Amino acid sequence: MPDSAPPLKPALIELAAVTKVYGSGEAAMQALRGIDLRIEAGDFVAVMGPSGSGKSTCLNILGCLDTPSAGSYRFEGVEVGALTRDQRAELRRHYLGFVFQGFNLLNRTSALENVELPLLYRGVPVAERHRLARRALDAVGLSGWEGHTPGELSGGQQQRVAIARAIVTEPDVLFADEPTGNLDTARSKEIMELLTVFNREQGITIVMVTHEADMAAYARRIVRFVDGQVDSDLRAGEST
Amino acid sequence: MLWNALLLALREIRRNVLRSFLTILGIVIGVAAVIVMVTLGGGATAQVTEQISSLGTNLLMVRPGQRMAFGQMSAAKQFDMADVEAIERHISSVLAVAPASSSPITAVYGNRNWSTSVNGVDNRYFPVRNWSLAKGREFTDSELRAGSSVCILGETVRRELFGSQDSLGAKLRLKKLSCEVIGVLESKGQSTMGSDQDDLVLMPLRAFQRRIAGNRDIGLIQVSVRDGVSTEQVKQKIEEHLRIRRHIAANEDDDFQVLDMKEIAQMLAGTTQVLTALLSAVAAVSLLVGGIGIMNIMLVSVTERTREIGIRLAIGALEREVLLQFLVEAVVLSSFGGLIGIALALGASVLLADLMQIPFVFNPGIVVLAFMFSAAVGVIFGYFPARKAARLDPIEALRHE
Ligand SMILES: Nc1ncnc2c1ncn2[C@@H]1O[C@H](COP(=O)(O)OP(=O)(O)OP(=O)(O)O)[C@@H](O)[C@H]1O
Ligand SMILES: [Mg+2]
Repeated sequence: MPDSAPPLKPALIELAAVTKVYGSGEAAMQALRGIDLRIEAGDFVAVMGPSGSGKSTCLNILGCLDTPSAGSYRFEGVEVGALTRDQRAELRRHYLGFVFQGFNLLNRTSALENVELPLLYRGVPVAERHRLARRALDAVGLSGWEGHTPGELSGGQQQRVAIARAIVTEPDVLFADEPTGNLDTARSKEIMELLTVFNREQGITIVMVTHEADMAAYARRIVRFVDGQVDSDLRAGEST
Repeated sequence: MLWNALLLALREIRRNVLRSFLTILGIVIGVAAVIVMVTLGGGATAQVTEQISSLGTNLLMVRPGQRMAFGQMSAAKQFDMADVEAIERHISSVLAVAPASSSPITAVYGNRNWSTSVNGVDNRYFPVRNWSLAKGREFTDSELRAGSSVCILGETVRRELFGSQDSLGAKLRLKKLSCEVIGVLESKGQSTMGSDQDDLVLMPLRAFQRRIAGNRDIGLIQVSVRDGVSTEQVKQKIEEHLRIRRHIAANEDDDFQVLDMKEIAQMLAGTTQVLTALLSAVAAVSLLVGGIGIMNIMLVSVTERTREIGIRLAIGALEREVLLQFLVEAVVLSSFGGLIGIALALGASVLLADLMQIPFVFNPGIVVLAFMFSAAVGVIFGYFPARKAARLDPIEALRHE
């Protein structure tokens, strides 16, 4: 079988026997129970599964926000678990974009400044920052809303600001945790089409958590989590 | 990065103007207190130093009696004119010897009266005590010899009795004595001890002895010493000489006192400096308390902004970048406190110096020092909250409500 042949080049993302335990002793809670997952550069992966199955936990580990309790996570061949906090921050800053479950924008801060934030930490000069942030907001259809704070934006608009913030640095990988969670179908479709464009035209690898099969249908690959384990892993076109 | 942190800090402070103001109040008060204390202390010291020269630097005051506890003087035989002449004749290096005698008295003019002190003196009193006349003239030899009823007023007495009226030639009443005003002294203002130097009446010594005191006593001999001669030595010679004249046995204590004004002034200046240092230390403690106030608010701020910190960390901010942001905020806060404190202190110092009639001595050193100190307070007390912020776990911080 061709699938079992060892790959010549390491995949962009390789999870091997990753577990995550929250708490300790009596209160210990095993969120991930041995995840093996490979994601190649340029892929568009949807992660599905019931609530509490460990999707967000897994995405946080993939996004280098968190580290596995055990097992190995290699990003472009680099063992993330061995990196320091600051090294992981550098990794996030330069290669990763993250759209959080819940928008996590800075309150009382304009859309433009929210989108500029990752550029600020990359040390991009102010004029360039404005230009890139405007372009990203334009890409998510929010030109004209630059000066509005999250409080003055609808949920869908906030979600799009969050996406603009994640793609403004042109990351290698975009992690999105339920990017359409709070949106109606029409808005959700807009955002999915946006992600599809980023994936196709800019070659950004996307890993997206979603509850909705409609949204997962935009992805090329669907990974299903159940109880902290990968239950199924299907390519588009394959059937369950 | 520093510039961005500064902008962020300013914005954060603007968002919480009232809270920021209350936070830095401690620093404001601390800085203001330190500067006011040091400035006023410096003014007082400068004033004392100036009064050394206004008194006549080389002045010795010889008084009968010894100072006992609580500022009282032991009773002892008064001096007389023979003592004055003896000092003049036997002690070399003496420039002038001015005898004086005084007593409290009520001066009356028309329907006004004023409690003051009357001093019997001769013309040597003026150069010895650095007095000059604003109006009128000194005593004439014949007035001094005859003990005429003439007097020279200090500015305070003139103001209280005559106000805007002309005082020269007027007759005022001292006890039963009617006394013609022949001059007014130039004002000297308050002394270091807070007493009014201008509150006095001068009259010929002989007139005072005969008409007011009713004796021939001399209560005070003021001796001015030549420049370049040690007052210490002259003081010693006067003491030896007076001991012989007053028949004091070797085992007895002096029954008189020779005060070296320079010594007193130096002692006073020293006391002022110690007092200044003490008060400044107390003020510095309030700076410390202000620092704790800043730490408290920064800790609250870190807790309130946990989610913001989480977002920044998740997006790729390094620990030291978050640390810097909060540290800069604390330093900006405390520096603002310092600046406001400095402005307040300078205003208050000018006002208080005026009120206390001491010179305003601007001390740029202490202003700079107080500012640096306030900034340092920001660094020291801001560091712990900032480190707390920087060490937050991004995931935990993002989940924080
Ligand atoms: N910080 C934490 N501390 C303790 N337990 C946690 C923590 N984060 C997640 N968990 C637990 O781990 C399990 C997996 O959580 P996770 O957020 O990954 O689920 P999810 O699949 O994203 O669910 P949902 O679809 O509701 O977002 C849950 O049972 C949750 O209670
Ligand atoms: Mg989740």
